[in-house]
Amino acid sequence: MSDVGGGAGRAGDPADPIPDDPLVLGGQKFGSRLIMGTGGAPSLDVLGRALMASGTEITTVAMRRIDPSSPGSVLDVIAQRGITVLPNTAGCFTAAEAVRTARLAAEALGTNWVKLEVIADEVTLLPDPIELLDAAERLAAEGFTVLPYCNDDPVLARRLEQAGCAAVMPLGAPIGSGLGIRNPHNIELMVQAASVPVILDAGIGTASDAALAMELGCSAVLLATAVTRARDPELMAAAMKSAVIAGRLAYRAGRIPRRFCAVASSPPVSG
Amino acid sequence: MEILINGAAHQVADDMSLDRAVALISDAASGVAAAVNGELVRRVSWRSTRLAAGDEIEVLTAVQGG
Repeated sequence: MSDVGGGAGRAGDPADPIPDDPLVLGGQKFGSRLIMGTGGAPSLDVLGRALMASGTEITTVAMRRIDPSSPGSVLDVIAQRGITVLPNTAGCFTAAEAVRTARLAAEALGTNWVKLEVIADEVTLLPDPIELLDAAERLAAEGFTVLPYCNDDPVLARRLEQAGCAAVMPLGAPIGSGLGIRNPHNIELMVQAASVPVILDAGIGTASDAALAMELGCSAVLLATAVTRARDPELMAAAMKSAVIAGRLAYRAGRIPRRFCAVASSPPVSG
Repeated sequence: MEILINGAAHQVADDMSLDRAVALISDAASGVAAAVNGELVRRVSWRSTRLAAGDEIEVLTAVQGG
């Protein structure tokens, strides 16, 4: 029994962010490798508690027409908890729209970081890779720290990196689907080839999906719906925090090779 | 003159400035960005930006998402 969970000791208490293994993103260091978005929460109160339970240091917001009748602001919830705000370009279908939205977000929020989303259609919500690359090139040239939500395509990832993106953020499955990581081989290929962080974004359904992403070598996981629409968002946020830490530790520890036959772990009986 | 703010028609004084137009729907001191006819206007320029009849103003802020 003493071997169960062995190896985690060097990284300290596995329930805490790993102090010697920060996520380096856009030249900044973060202790948490879980990025929790704000989308889908039933109330700002639930959102605030879930954000805290997740341990996230970065959270996403969307830009929309101001609604004077809206009670409270998501920005207050984020600022009160000392979390870095990351605007997205959700709802944009063209590079021009996404560039305009990123500029507006930068002006409103005082950040030049952007989660770049350029969606092909309302049905699949899949990224449009042509428009995405165009927008990424333009925003990177303007000095933005561009974090593109992209397809799980290693070739596209290379092009996005060449365009100057600070990370690539492939989907595991369509937004909000909770289907997990449908093509783990492509995610591994992206990790092997990329020199910027690969952040698994979209498709996470439950904690084991997040752990798998980290075991595949992703630098971080970005999720929202899996937490905010869980029966108990605060509890699921805690589960995701633990899963990301566990997956990262397993990746660093190095899993044993898969074999088709048994390999005894106890010494043979001598005699 | 008539202008559009976030898609809604408003009757305003001629040569109204952008800062007064934004104030019609928001008193937020931060977290807001404005565009006139699709072009971002930085907050420092709101007061000096004069609007014309038919201008379409968008006033955006952050909401839950992503």
